[in-house]
Amino acid sequence: MAARYDRAITVFSPDGHLFQVEYAQEAVKKGSTAVGIRGKDIVVLGVEKKSVAKLQEERTVRKICALDDHVCMAFAGLTADARIVINRARVECQSHRLTVEDPVTVEYITRHIATLKQRYTQSNGRRPFGISALIVGFDCDGTPRLYQTDPSGTYHAWKANAIGRSAKTVREFLEKNYTEESIATDNDAIKLAIKALLEVVQSGGKNIELAVIRRNQSLKLLESKEIETLVTEIEKEKEEEAEKKKPKKST
Amino acid sequence: MALASVLQSESVDFSNYGRQRRGFASGLYETELGLESVGGDSLSFALRTSCSNGDGPDRKIEFLHGTTTLAFKFQHGVIVAVDSRATAGSYIASQTVKKVIEINPYLLGTMAGGAADCSFWERLLARQCRVYELRNKERISVAAASKLLANMVYQYKGMGLSMGTMVCGWDKTGPGLYYVDSEGNRVCGDLFAVGSGSMYAYGIVDSGLKQKDLTVEEACDLGRRAIYQATYRDAYSGGQVNLYHVHSEGWTRVSQSDVLMLHQQYQSEKA
Repeated sequence: MAARYDRAITVFSPDGHLFQVEYAQEAVKKGSTAVGIRGKDIVVLGVEKKSVAKLQEERTVRKICALDDHVCMAFAGLTADARIVINRARVECQSHRLTVEDPVTVEYITRHIATLKQRYTQSNGRRPFGISALIVGFDCDGTPRLYQTDPSGTYHAWKANAIGRSAKTVREFLEKNYTEESIATDNDAIKLAIKALLEVVQSGGKNIELAVIRRNQSLKLLESKEIETLVTEIEKEKEEEAEKKKPKKST
Repeated sequence: MALASVLQSESVDFSNYGRQRRGFASGLYETELGLESVGGDSLSFALRTSCSNGDGPDRKIEFLHGTTTLAFKFQHGVIVAVDSRATAGSYIASQTVKKVIEINPYLLGTMAGGAADCSFWERLLARQCRVYELRNKERISVAAASKLLANMVYQYKGMGLSMGTMVCGWDKTGPGLYYVDSEGNRVCGDLFAVGSGSMYAYGIVDSGLKQKDLTVEEACDLGRRAIYQATYRDAYSGGQVNLYHVHSEGWTRVSQSDVLMLHQQYQSEKA
């Protein structure tokens, strides 16, 4: 009977792949880009805002969500799946506070989310979650953390990472430009995130949503004005750099 | 309360028969011995001694309400002192009971109430603590350990568990001391004494702790003295005084002193 959910959907292929999980990762690649950067005293999450229909209210769907005062996450992939994962994570954050009398560490909640995702790759009648998540925050002892999970249920810590559409391009940009100097101040870290997103986002600041967590403070979503200001700053800097290079060429 | 109906309380002189509430025991349930915790929260947590009076059902379970266990925080950690007598009514069943359970190298639990209940649940707690340590790569805090124990026994509330334990340890926030019992109480505090001899112990420790900044030696002596005095007056406490000291590196077993030896020692000091 169908009600028994006997059949597992995620089964091994002859050459050892879990195709459902890999298809889920394809779904993630279709989602809008998200980038996460771990600074010294700040963690930054930036997402590409998808263009909103004329009659649609802009603020209904936020891709950056707080899980607790000191942890937040951004995702790429199926929004509906993300809602479920975020709900469970939020409940777990509070359960942890209740039983252990301490806020969660970023690693703990990441592990919880990853375990949840893995469970769905090994269950009857269920498909994997089609999202990758970037989880950022500060631990009790003040260390900033950035973790990434994917549909298979694995998680890793990163200094900076990107997920979603054109994630590879953004990651390469970050690999070139993430240095200890480039994230020296909070502002620099934010600008690096914006620069990374500008690589792949069309039409500039309007389509970027940015959130930051500073040590001992809760999640702050940057207003579009602030983002615009930073974008103009970045473009200025770009022009200045381009001009510096010019005279050298014409000798 | 299921427990109250099982036990009939016969107590030492200072309390009444039956389940009368004492003035200062706000008494959640009937099984109180009317002793407040230090913070003045009017929680009653010490259990009465059981007796076989003949009016009640035959009690074949051996309880350790007749006991004195004590723990207090001080500058250099936590001192845990317990006696070692087990009684069944007026019969002394054993003089060499281990009432301190070593949960792990940095957590201790004391035993008052049902010996089986205490040791079983605390061993289970040890298992949980170890799993926590392995999963999270750091030691469990005393608050979390006591919470786990309290939650475990709360599920059996009303089913006749009898356990009054103090969870003592040292974690990253410093020394930790929690009282947890089978009623579901979980209280943080600086000083607890549990058992029929607790009143006498409180008297000694309260006066001894007036001077702040005890050295380890002084604190150990205070704990030892408090248990000794309790065994001197309380018929249901006696045997040896087992003394532990919990510090930042874990717990150390300081001493095991026979009460009669202590008696002679203190007498000669008086002279």
